[in-house]
Amino acid sequence: MRELTYSEAVREAMSEEMRRDPSTFLMGEDVAVFGGVWGVSEGMLAEFGEERVRDTPISEAAIIGAGLGAALVGMRPIVEIMFGDFLMCGGDQIVNQAAKARFMSGGKAHVPLTIRVTTGAPGSAAAQHSQSPESWFMNVPGIKIAVPATPADAKGLLKTAVRGADPVLFFEHKMLYGETGSVPEDADFTLPFGQASVVREGSDVTIIAISIMVRKALAAADLLAGEGISVEVIDPRTLVPLDKETLIQSVAKTSRVIIAHEAHLRSGPGAEIAAVLAEEAVEYLDGPVIRIGAKNVPLPYSPVLENFVLPGTEDIVAAVRLLVRR
Amino acid sequence: MDKQTYSPELLTHLFRQMTLVREFELRAIAERRGGLIPGFIHSCVGQEATAVAACAALSQQDVITSTHRGHGHLLGKGGDPKYMMAELAGRSAGYCLGRGGSLHIADFNLGILGANGIVGGGFPIAAGAALAFQMRKEARVALAFFGDGAINEGTFHESANLAGLWRLPVIFFCENNLYGEGTPQHKQAPITDLARRADGYGFPGVIVDGNDAIAVYEATQEARRRALAGNGPTLIEAKTYRFRGHYEGDPQVYREPGELEAWQARDPVPAFRARLLASGLYDEAQLAEIEASVQAQLDEAVAFAAAAPAPAVEEALQGIYADTHEGLVF
Ligand SMILES: Cc1ncc(C[n+]2csc(CCOP(=O)(O)OP(=O)(O)O)c2C)c(N)n1
Repeated sequence: MRELTYSEAVREAMSEEMRRDPSTFLMGEDVAVFGGVWGVSEGMLAEFGEERVRDTPISEAAIIGAGLGAALVGMRPIVEIMFGDFLMCGGDQIVNQAAKARFMSGGKAHVPLTIRVTTGAPGSAAAQHSQSPESWFMNVPGIKIAVPATPADAKGLLKTAVRGADPVLFFEHKMLYGETGSVPEDADFTLPFGQASVVREGSDVTIIAISIMVRKALAAADLLAGEGISVEVIDPRTLVPLDKETLIQSVAKTSRVIIAHEAHLRSGPGAEIAAVLAEEAVEYLDGPVIRIGAKNVPLPYSPVLENFVLPGTEDIVAAVRLLVRR
Repeated sequence: MDKQTYSPELLTHLFRQMTLVREFELRAIAERRGGLIPGFIHSCVGQEATAVAACAALSQQDVITSTHRGHGHLLGKGGDPKYMMAELAGRSAGYCLGRGGSLHIADFNLGILGANGIVGGGFPIAAGAALAFQMRKEARVALAFFGDGAINEGTFHESANLAGLWRLPVIFFCENNLYGEGTPQHKQAPITDLARRADGYGFPGVIVDGNDAIAVYEATQEARRRALAGNGPTLIEAKTYRFRGHYEGDPQVYREPGELEAWQARDPVPAFRARLLASGLYDEAQLAEIEASVQAQLDEAVAFAAAAPAPAVEEALQGIYADTHEGLVF
């Protein structure tokens, strides 16, 4: 299988879906001529033209809401929001409009709307350009949430999102765009939502890692293997729906669990996952559920401060050692 | 009004639907008092001409986004009072299976993309539907109803700019009823003629007498023609007034003395009735017959709603996503 970057995988998914279905189009700030500020849509304008790869004004509510309106009358739009932090500017259209349209209308509304958005800290981008806002939306029934960690997952999940009939928030981590990995070439390669991936098998501790933390969990697992500790790494891949079976099965095997995400610790995705395990897997656990996330402060600018606030491989390693030695 | 321009079908339609909207609201208010309807009602009594005549200028394939004060828009666009009343009563026979209520009625077959509980929530949705029509080269327009309060939401400005820029086939239809809840329009914006705002987005803004059904019809028709010709949006500001409270139960402490009475003297429903009689095209008996048929239709609607069973509780857990994933946490 050929290797692609995460960014190329996202672009390939979009391009394939746009070739497949004329009702799919992309719009967002600087997605066309500029090719996206993250370069993800580079070259797409040349292939699809400005009707289907549309630069918009800087109007997040209008971008998301117009995507919704187009979806309600039969299109399958992909809209790009440059930074997850800006989702709040279009928040009503996500939370009160798109997420609820199907339910409120008694099932009449179909909302095939994919909102691609970046997440995570790219380094010294400070408090308004570094957040991981996934869990803000986990509390909103009606929206699905994907958090791919690899190029193949990005491609397969994005294609599923675009082909689906529900609104999806698709979180692309900025620091993963350059990551490479093998990606299926099959134009019909899709991955189901709600299916976690067992990224590395192990027997002593389970690390449930989200988005960029998968990479850090794997690094931790390598280190710990040298100490004779066998780590299992599980990536939920979608937070809504959440594949609790795979998580519980892993915990049943290892009896120890750590949940790692870059989002702030308080009420981050780990809080929900920990609650699910407390409710349904407590009998397997030999110790506390440990969460690892950003400290509960706005993300600082200075690299010294930022590194201190963000969770890293060393935090995972320390938590594993603590759990295993208990 | 002259018979050369307007067919009897259109005139009858306008009169019947305006009467239907007025009487639907009065019935709904009575049924809320009587306990059949549990939720809010924001009635549009006094604003029948805007709702009905604007929709009359649209085709079945055109779409609207509506508001919290949406019963008139829905009936104007062909909504069936039976399913509306059942929805207001929270029954699964209602338009939204009892899950939406007054604020969320939608019917995609009729081009009703939804009432809305969020002031200003419909603007981007209408712009997006219009974008879809433009991209697919369909001869359809999207009309966004909204109030004088809603025009101060950011979504108006984002959507008007986008629609003006891309020349989307949208009609921004403002029902300026002089109040947003209890705050008068002049305390919400530094200008009184809101149509002027269109200028900033590069499309025409027109002011129309919102209590004159024919004037509303003509303005909307012109806006629709413009949109279909590829010339982009129009902002129509219809000056009107709501006769009842913002919601049923509103103490209405905010009205200027004499204001309500002055507007009631220009009540759009009797005004249109008088015009039809004066035209010589209709006699009293014909109009009375139309009015009686409206009452019969509403008797049936109320009886239908009252007889419809309440939803089963499990229905609350259904229809959130297109697919259900057994065993997953949603
Ligand atoms: C975003 C939002 N803010 C406030 C409200 C509360 N609210 C409901 S209706 C309304 C007044 C709206 O005024 P206008 O747009 O003029 O419409 P009208 O009620 O006069 O028809 C307000 C403030 C709301 N529903 N949504």
